[in-house]
Amino acid sequence: MSRASGPRSGDAIFASVERVNAELFTLTYGAIVRQLLTDLEEVEEVNKQLDQMGYNIGIRLIDEFLAKSNVSRCVDFKETADMIAKVGFKMFLGVTASVTNWDADGTCCSIVLEDNPLVDFVELPDTCQGLYYCNILSGVIRGALEMVSMKTEVTWTRDMLRGDDAFELQVKLLKQVPEEYPYKDDD
Amino acid sequence: MGREVSESCIDSLVTEMVFSFCNRFYADKSDLAARRIEAIGYQVGHQLSERYTMERPRFSDHLEAIKFICKDFWSEVFKKQIDNLKTNHRGTFVLQDNRFRWLSRMSVEPSLETGQEGENKATEAMSMHLYFPCGIIRGALSNLGIPCAVSADISNLPACSFVIRIKA
Repeated sequence: MSRASGPRSGDAIFASVERVNAELFTLTYGAIVRQLLTDLEEVEEVNKQLDQMGYNIGIRLIDEFLAKSNVSRCVDFKETADMIAKVGFKMFLGVTASVTNWDADGTCCSIVLEDNPLVDFVELPDTCQGLYYCNILSGVIRGALEMVSMKTEVTWTRDMLRGDDAFELQVKLLKQVPEEYPYKDDD
Repeated sequence: MGREVSESCIDSLVTEMVFSFCNRFYADKSDLAARRIEAIGYQVGHQLSERYTMERPRFSDHLEAIKFICKDFWSEVFKKQIDNLKTNHRGTFVLQDNRFRWLSRMSVEPSLETGQEGENKATEAMSMHLYFPCGIIRGALSNLGIPCAVSADISNLPACSFVIRIKA
């Protein structure tokens, strides 16, 4: 495939990758959350561990994202957010997200998700108040962006499991480390 | 076919789950980690089996239920059927998958770790992973009213055999 062909659409990538029954994924995630709630007891700690698991996944998943999407690394934060929403969510989870609520200097925005396979068949009991059930997703984004030199803070501002009308992740760019080139360009 | 996600999602999630339980939550307590991973699988298998059998008459005997696991259940979860089924007709069933998906995609690189120790490590990591599908099978059968114990045999990689012992 030629590099000049530009980024591929999320739909095209999702259609071409190996896919599995989402139930297996959704139920596995649910069972993990439940086990963590039993083992760790504190909801805060569960939030933290889900985020950490997501981070570990994100730092590995970014390679697959870059390879399959044909996206070049040299994009600003605005393009990056768009890529996550339109290509990233689509190629892995099969859903599209939208980007809104940009701040004036373009370093903070919201990724809004109206359809989220992680929460199919999920209802939280009252004992789980304070749980950010989908916290693995924020971790994935944080981890993936860190691998392309963007240090971010990702927080949930809306959560359908808490009665909101959508899932909204606020992504704030804290620091952008300039790309380092460990190898000299060819002369 | 209902909703789908990319296979990387489930691969990444299972890999990270096994890693977290073995190296973070229960580091140096591998039997506890194994039990947790199996329990997560059990829950998943129980729920999946519930969903897949909703509109189906009850199975008349153990063999019928095992055949359902080999065909329909395995196809839903792994997109292929079990390749070989053996039984001693006394409650033990051996289900062989000639190319078990979750092992064929595992990133164990034996070339990097040579010698007996490296091999042991790789085998240990694999067996940790296998507690998850073992739990899934046990959960699925338990939902069908069949209590059993499930273990995995990987002496013929990339084939994997699941040994089901039904409790009398």
